[in-house]
Amino acid sequence: MIASSVTTPRTRSGLNRSARIIGFAVGAIVVYVVLLWLALQVVDGFAPERALPVAIQQTINALSIGAIYALIALGYTMVYGIIELINFAHGDVFMIGAFLAVVLTGGIFGQTGGVKDVPFLALLLLVALLFVMPLTGGLNVFIERVFYRPFRHASRLAPLITAVGVSFILQNLALLVAGSGDRAAPQIFPLDWQIPFGGAEISVLSIFIFALALVLMLLLQTFVNRTRLGRAMRATAQDQQAASLMGVDLNQTIALTFLLGGALAGAAGVVWGLRFGFVRQDLGFNAGLKAFTSAVLGGIGNISGAVLGGFIIGFIENFASSLGFSRWSEFLVFMVLTLVLIFRPTGILGQQLGDRA
Amino acid sequence: MTDVLHAVNVTKRFGGLLAVHDVEFTIPEGAIVSLIGPNGAGKTTFFNIIAGIYDPTAGEIRFRGKRMIARSRRAWLEPLLWVVPALAVALTTVLVGEAGASDIVIALGIFFTVIALMIVMVVGVARPPAYADFLTRFGVFRSARPNDMVVAGLGRTFQNIRLFANMSALDNVLVGMHSRLKATWLDALLSTPRDRREEAEARARAMQLLDLAGLRKRAHETAKNLPYGDQRRLEIARALASNPVLLLLDEPTAGMNPRETADLTKLIGRLRTELGLTILLIEHDMRVVMGISDRVTVLDHGERIAEGTPDEVRRDPKVIEAYLGTPAA
Repeated sequence: MIASSVTTPRTRSGLNRSARIIGFAVGAIVVYVVLLWLALQVVDGFAPERALPVAIQQTINALSIGAIYALIALGYTMVYGIIELINFAHGDVFMIGAFLAVVLTGGIFGQTGGVKDVPFLALLLLVALLFVMPLTGGLNVFIERVFYRPFRHASRLAPLITAVGVSFILQNLALLVAGSGDRAAPQIFPLDWQIPFGGAEISVLSIFIFALALVLMLLLQTFVNRTRLGRAMRATAQDQQAASLMGVDLNQTIALTFLLGGALAGAAGVVWGLRFGFVRQDLGFNAGLKAFTSAVLGGIGNISGAVLGGFIIGFIENFASSLGFSRWSEFLVFMVLTLVLIFRPTGILGQQLGDRA
Repeated sequence: MTDVLHAVNVTKRFGGLLAVHDVEFTIPEGAIVSLIGPNGAGKTTFFNIIAGIYDPTAGEIRFRGKRMIARSRRAWLEPLLWVVPALAVALTTVLVGEAGASDIVIALGIFFTVIALMIVMVVGVARPPAYADFLTRFGVFRSARPNDMVVAGLGRTFQNIRLFANMSALDNVLVGMHSRLKATWLDALLSTPRDRREEAEARARAMQLLDLAGLRKRAHETAKNLPYGDQRRLEIARALASNPVLLLLDEPTAGMNPRETADLTKLIGRLRTELGLTILLIEHDMRVVMGISDRVTVLDHGERIAEGTPDEVRRDPKVIEAYLGTPAA
């Protein structure tokens, strides 16, 4: 009787909350489809019945690119949440992840193109994720231990500049090993797997990327909210010293945050190669900048905010490119960022500190 | 009676300021010991040294017979130890390369160098007991951090409430339990039966502690929304969650009315009799101090000027002088 009176309100509000989030997400996607459908008719002169499938196809693509940004943005936002450091090297950890995936699938497994054999493809993807994610996570822990921890009690600018330095080190290491220019990444996920849909074709790869990112984000959410170490992370984000005096090992908790962030960036690196088919040493700068923008847009330090921001940026970019204004996509992205920050300086979800890493 | 805590000639200097000077201090098991002194006497600095926030400039803290806090020795050895395995692999790679090995072997060598470096790094971060023992054998002494002191059996509350404001009361207590739970991140990710059982037990015990603090009904409320008195009691519940042997209470009655103060004094007494806790108290309210303490230590200008039973301390001319000033000659 007592137990039920304690647990019921929690489950109910938990269900309500997830229902609200799912409702919001579905609503936002529908709004985007309608918007794009109208825009395609007005700007590009599509017929209404022809514009709808294209709009849906583009929306799925937007979800996949947004998912990649969101995965990287999570690393920025968690690190900021816990030690208030903008980890400029994070984008380059993602780049290293993309390179490692190429080394594994192209170099070790010798793949060059689409793998039609589904079990083998699943195995390859699984091995790639299991290979890359721990390595990028480990790399991130290494970076924290060697470059950031000595500055933990220094002024906040010192680790910031160090982070810029680490970013250059990683980029130049990649340059040294792989040389400049694009390197082909084996797109082992067949690009011609598409679902025909009223004249348009929906990419299965995009659905896969979105689903993978969703699974990883749900795992992260469960980890942060439901487990001992996640609790320690939230406590540390709120008050480092108090957390430490309650028995939380700060070094381990901060290392764990970098591990998770790096692993998610590694997953993003794996799917990046699948989707875009090339890797380059300055990949981390561009993607990192977009992901960082996502984190700021959503409210830096806030996990849900990073995911929201990533998808918003993905949608904006996709909107511009679907209508044939790819060159304007960055202009649009940063204009939206500026506008949002003028009216909400802490980002869209910035006030909800309860969700901080 | 054995001593739970023994501070041996502890000195702390901040630049030119001598905050704590050569303080000798013991807390016998099961006692309630108070630390008093005028403002700026070094009480809080001393408290923070015991809690592991500052390393003392000289002297050491023994906790349950074990040397926990002192200046670190040979700490520079540790970073050297990490790179040794990686260097060994790297050197082997160079030698093999010189001997004319193929590119693949060299590439593998580089790969293993990186792996070795990462593994040692992860071990250094995770600090399993075996690693700590290994370090001790090299004569490396690392002063205990606050979390090490909690693991050893020290709990504390704060002068100004420092709850995790955006977490629920239950989560606050569960954070307090952190060091007593064993689930690793692997358990947590896989949600193993061991992990689920441990979480369920932890939640049940947290509810018991909330019950003790009279907060059972408010378990799922966000800490910042609780009334002041509830927040104070939640802090005590959180401190008890780590099963401490010694509880440090930093001005627990600050901001309370006489009635709440009397209740809290009773609660402190109960903590000793029912839970067998040893308590160190910093307090300004002399009625509380004189009412429940077995021993009172007085600090002034960073030095211990008196120590004894409440009655002895009350009559000590030095204490009167410190509090009231020198009588005009």
